[in-house]
This record gives sequence, C-alpha cells and structure tokens, in this order.
Amino acid sequence: MTNQVQTTRPRKSLDAWVREIIHWHFDPATGCPFWLDHAKSLSWDPRREIKGFEDLSRFGFFQDEWLRGGDVRRWVPRGFTDKPVYVFETGGSTGVPKSRISIEDFRIDYEAFSKTLPDEAFPFGADWLSLGPTGPRRLRLAVEHLAQYRRGICFMVDLDPRWVIKLIRMNQPKMAEEYKQHVVEQGLTLLRAHDNIRCLFTTPKLLEALCEKVSLKKLGITGVFCGGTEMTPQFHRFAVEELLDGIYFAPTYGNTLMGLAVHKPFIPEDNYAIIYYPPLPRAMIEVVNPDDPEQIVGYGETGRVRLTTLTREFFMPRFLERDEAEREPPCSLYPWDGVRNVRPFSKLQTAVVEGVY
Amino acid sequence: MLHIPLLRKGEPYKSLDVVRVPHHGMGEVFVEISQANGGLIRRDLLDQETGREALSKFSCAELLEICSCAAESFMNDALAVGDDLQMPEDYVRQVSATTGLPHVLVRNNMRKIRGVLAEMKHVLDGLTRNLDVQILDKGFGEIEGQALSFFPRTQSLGVVLPSNSPGVHSLWVPAVGLKIPLVLKPGGAEPWTPYRIIQALIRAGAPREAFSFYPTDHAGAGEILRGCGRGMIFGDTASTGVWKDDGRIEVHGPGYSKIVIGEDCIGEWEKYLDVMIASIVENGGRSCINASGIWVPSHGREIAEALAVRLAQITPRAAEDDHAQLAPFANARIAESISQNIDTALMQSGARDVTASYRDGNRLVKWRNSSYLLPTIVLCNEASHPLANREFLFPFASVVEVEQDAIPDALGASLVVTAITSDSKLVRRLVSSPHVDRLNLGAIPTNVISWNQPHEGNLFDHLYARRAFQQV
Repeated sequence: MTNQVQTTRPRKSLDAWVREIIHWHFDPATGCPFWLDHAKSLSWDPRREIKGFEDLSRFGFFQDEWLRGGDVRRWVPRGFTDKPVYVFETGGSTGVPKSRISIEDFRIDYEAFSKTLPDEAFPFGADWLSLGPTGPRRLRLAVEHLAQYRRGICFMVDLDPRWVIKLIRMNQPKMAEEYKQHVVEQGLTLLRAHDNIRCLFTTPKLLEALCEKVSLKKLGITGVFCGGTEMTPQFHRFAVEELLDGIYFAPTYGNTLMGLAVHKPFIPEDNYAIIYYPPLPRAMIEVVNPDDPEQIVGYGETGRVRLTTLTREFFMPRFLERDEAEREPPCSLYPWDGVRNVRPFSKLQTAVVEGVY
Repeated sequence: MLHIPLLRKGEPYKSLDVVRVPHHGMGEVFVEISQANGGLIRRDLLDQETGREALSKFSCAELLEICSCAAESFMNDALAVGDDLQMPEDYVRQVSATTGLPHVLVRNNMRKIRGVLAEMKHVLDGLTRNLDVQILDKGFGEIEGQALSFFPRTQSLGVVLPSNSPGVHSLWVPAVGLKIPLVLKPGGAEPWTPYRIIQALIRAGAPREAFSFYPTDHAGAGEILRGCGRGMIFGDTASTGVWKDDGRIEVHGPGYSKIVIGEDCIGEWEKYLDVMIASIVENGGRSCINASGIWVPSHGREIAEALAVRLAQITPRAAEDDHAQLAPFANARIAESISQNIDTALMQSGARDVTASYRDGNRLVKWRNSSYLLPTIVLCNEASHPLANREFLFPFASVVEVEQDAIPDALGASLVVTAITSDSKLVRRLVSSPHVDRLNLGAIPTNVISWNQPHEGNLFDHLYARRAFQQV
C-alpha cells in the first residue's frame, strides 16, 4: 500500500511547516517564554538547525511534567499577547492534570475535521447534542464550535469524568452507574424535545447506554461522532452492527495536547480496526519502540504512541503518550502514517483508570 | 487455533476482542477466547424473557430428564467447543493445560459434575425440601392440605465463576432444573467446564436460548451481576467485597474450612489423620471445602508433626500421572507471592512451618518449568496469629491449639466444619453458630459434600420466593 500512495509531497509540506513553526516559537518577538528559556539552555540554535521534521529529534522527548502545574502563561506565545486565552486540561486520571493553552487551535482543528464528515450524515443546519466530558476539557468548546461551524446549535449535557474515576476508585460502581444514567436521561430528554437534533457527539459507554433506551435512528439521529476514551474494534463492530441501525459512525482519537485525528472511513477489509490519521502538518503521530522510543516500529507492528504538535499556539515535540497502537501505512485519503487500534499503553495500565465514562 | 466463542442465548459469537490463554507449563498460547464487551452484555440482558420462556415450555420433570441425559453426554460424548469437537479426554487435557490441574483430578471433578446432573432430582429434593416440582410448573399447588405458591425472583441467574476447580460448577447447574436461564462468566483460565456443561445440556434437549456464556473482564462481570435479578460470584475477598451487602448476589468467597477435634476424641487423634490429610490435600487443596485449619484443645504439636511427615511425601508429578496430587500454578508470580506471604507471617512469633523440617528445600519449587507450592503445615500457638485462619490455593493448613470452650467463637466464618466430638456442649455451640455454613458431625472429610444441601445459601431460596395463596 505504501508504494501506491504518494507520500513525498506531504512530507515536504510537513518539513516546511516545521521550519515555520520553529521560527515562530524561537523568535523572541513571537515565541513563548517556555521555549525561549529552553533555547538558552541549548548549545545550538533551533531556528538555524531544524530543517525538517526529522531534526526535531534534537529536542529529545517532551516531558510530561512540563505541563503539570507552574505558570501557565509561560506557554502563551508573545505573538498572541493580545488574544483571549483558554486553558484546557487532560483527563486528570493521572494526578495533577496537564494544562495546555489554546486560542484558536480548537476551532481550526475542528473546522478541518468538519471537512471529513459526510454532509448527509451530519447535515448543515442540523442541531447537535454533545453528551460527554465538559468542564476544563476542550471537547466541550470544540464540539459546540463544530456544530456552529456547520450552522447548527449544540445542546450540552455535563459529564464530569473525574468524578466517575473517583467513584470507581472508591469501589462505588453502583453510584457510577447511577451517575451515567443521570447523564443519559438528560440526553434523552433533549433528544425527545428537540426534533432538529440530528447529530450526536458522545463517548462509547454513553452511546451504549443511550441505545439501551431508545433507537437513535427513530429519534432522527443521522450521524454519531464518538470519542473521548479508548475504542476497541469489537466496540466499533458492536456499534455498527447492533446499536446504530445504519447511522453514520465517526470514531475519533483526539486529545488536548494533539488535537483531533481523523478516522479512516469504514471498509470491511479493515475488520472494524479503528484507524486514525493525524491532522498533518499540525500534528504528527508516530509509533515507536517502547524500549527505545527513538526507533519507529515497522508497519503493522505495535509500539508506543509518540505525538508531535506543531501549531503557532503550541509546540510539543515528541511526547510519549500513555497509549499504544499499531503503525498504519499511509492511504490514498491520508498519505502519511496513521495508527491502528489505539489503547492504553500496557506497561502503564496499572496506574491508569481509563475508559470509564 | 482453538477458539472459544461467546454464547449469546446459545448462539456462538466470535468477538474481535480475544484473550489468548497460554499452556501453564509450556507458555505458548493454547486457546483463544472471545471476550464480551460490556455493552454487548447489557444489551443482551435487556431481553431475559426469551430464555425464561424457552425453559418454561418444559416441565420440571422433563428438565430433570434432560439433566440426566446431559450427565452421560458430559462424561462420554464428543461435544462442540467452538468450531471443533471435544472428546472427554480432550476436555481433561484442556482443563489441565490452562489451569495446571492434573488429569486425575480433572476426571474426579468430571465425575462430580456428572453425579450432580444425573442425580438432579435428588439435588432438587434437598434444596426444595421435597417440594413436588410440579408446583413450580403450575406456580401453585397443595401439599398435605397446605396451599403453596412459588414465584421466580429473577428471569436469569448470573454467575461469575472461578478457575480453581471444575467441581464448583455443580453449584449453578441445578438452576436448569428450576427453570432459570443462566448467564455465565467463566474464569479466565477455565472456560472449558461451563462450556461443556452447556453443550451437554443442549445436546440432551435443553433450549439453547437458556444459556449465555460471556468470557469478559472485571467490568463485564459487574454488568452480568447488575443485569440479572439474581447472581452468584466466586472469588477472593477483594473481588467479591463490593457485592457482600447486595441481597441479590450470593457471595462464594474463601471457605476457611476446618476440622475441630473435641477433648473427648483428641486422645485418639491418630485415628483421624487420614480424614485430616484428605481434607487438606484432595483436589490439590484448591477448593474452598479443603480444610485450612485443624483446631484442637491439645496435642497440637504431635498432630502437626504427623501431618507434616505425611504431607512431605507429596511431590510434583506429571499432569498425566494418576498419582499426581499437586497442581502447578498457571501464574508463577502468584505462587511466589503466596509463599512470601506465608514467610512474612511466620516472622511473627507464635507460629512454625512444621513441614519445613521434613521436606528437602523450599516450599516453592520449580519442576518441569512449572511452579509448585509444596504442602505446608503451620503450628500456631494462638488463634490470633495471622496464619491461624488463612486459606491458600494449595494444601495448606494451620494446626491451632485453643481451649475447647474458646473454639466455637474463635473459628470465625467457616464454610465447612467437621466436628469430631460427642461433647454435647461443643456440638450445641457449633450447631447454633451462625458462622458455620456446613457442619459435619463425625469424621467426615471437609471436602465430602452432598449437593442436595445448601452451600453458602440455598439456590432454591435464592431463585424462588413463596407467596401467600388462596383459591376457591
């Protein structure tokens, strides 16, 4: 497959974009305090020596704790001093959450993602229901923006995943179940009361819970955008074969740090594997050897996910995610590397409560 | 590769999520088991009426006949396991491969299950106190002028099963005779027995819709117990604790089964050595009905020494060896952890590993690539010692010397107590103890049990309730 897909042009664009982003972040007039300070500790000048994506290895690996606590303003690029700034947080299932600032990125990412959604399933002008994590997560604003970008209005139901995680850790599965039902009931009330809701964003577990109560198709839903937690091929198959009655299903992989990956449209040959491609050139996903994360694994091989985010708002080179996946070859729609069946990194699993909401 | 599918109301379903279970000794993948996602289980459990209606079409008498035929089929026939056929000897080899249980012990358990299926009428007579089961067919009836009516408390029985020993499956099988469909979550290393029992019952004429079989994870097990009106869970205190206050769920945790010898019989303790050995060792010491404590008012040291001498002769043997008595641990780290726990507790004064003096080397041994824990007898001077009331997954027992008057209170919760005594006061106190689940009076090994007796609850009472009933 790799041989049939033209990968040279995207790679050149990526290298050019990397140079542009490095110049922005390491220019004292536009860069953020964190990277400008970091540059002082280097014996080389990123603006001179980073010529392309491969050269980012000179930065080593982005450290998780850099985003946990401290002055969040050190991440705001001087080039955006006058802009309103949001701060988004990761799930919070691993101690102090990681924080990331955002200005327009979530809008840009979701507008790009919008172009991958089929209009017949997510009609322009149709309203949305977002039933999932809210609070400090970017999903809350991002899904609403997606709806608005497609000229819809987004109804929202709150879900606090940190409370769910806490209930699980307190060995209170019944209470967690009651909380889930509380969220689902609110969603159902909105779906029944507003005929123009055609599009749904929700998490895998909430989608299951909704479909236990109603037929989403009968309620007029035509497209489901699903994400927020791990999704297995079996869940994908179950959703398509048993939950959705032919409703278009868009599984996604995204996070606060990277943005939003795009799913490869379903074909039977993939046997419900969930395949994502990063939003090049704004982010890159690689799969690396967990024991030697400098090494990219071969196509089809399993490894740890390494993220690189390349936007003017946020530069995050080579961050080792808490996920693992198989490396997926480029395809004609997305002629660059993707990932297959992302799931929690098995070597870290004991420390992480995941997929509970 | 051999693949075990889910059964969704009896229909095989091959999941895209699979767990590959290795051979306990050789390490290579032996079987691939489909895993049910939680949503699939929840969705299936939205319709529990289909299974119940399918069973209701049969009279209890017909179902008892089906159980009887299934007994022979389970024991002798080639039955489906996924897309393959499983001969009885394949079953024996497969159970042994993933659990470590020697073939001879698997065969013993097979006979136990066969017996329960074949004698289902006798089992139900015991559980229902000789109720005419036609009353369950009709819902009401009359016995000796008394009007009786029973109704099912549930549309299905959800059971979260262990991997320790196939014999445990004898406990849920009577639900079929009681017309209650089953939703089973097998133990991770032992899908073989529940799958084979289901296939035998279907072969014998039971409706397949009455059987759901969901290998799944911890969360999936929770979905089964939450989704079924009545449930059973087997496991250690940590995994069952969350259900202990839920009246819908029968919790089958550690047994802490014991032998008690009274002052009147203790002078003849040597007469009971075989009963003690059998209670500790049979079935590889892996059952909740194996004795993990010998409680005596005196002669503790002599008893511990005598047990140790006999038990030290037990060593690992090949799985195929008819004299094998020990099962290796499928997960070597569990064996290491158990042995370390015992050693740590022994550092506290008041207890001694008596077997250590009689065996060559350590308790934990590696033999033919497998980890074994050799039988262990610990002598405890006080009932409060951390090892006095412990249970492990191998032949382990503490000999605890306590004044006779203190024994009934000191025993704590005990699944089986074999009391070797004629002392009326001691007997009376054990009979009235709420902590003793099964009581044997006399020299009956703790692991010899009648299936027509309640076991950590009466299955009939769990599944049915009696209502007031009048008719003109």
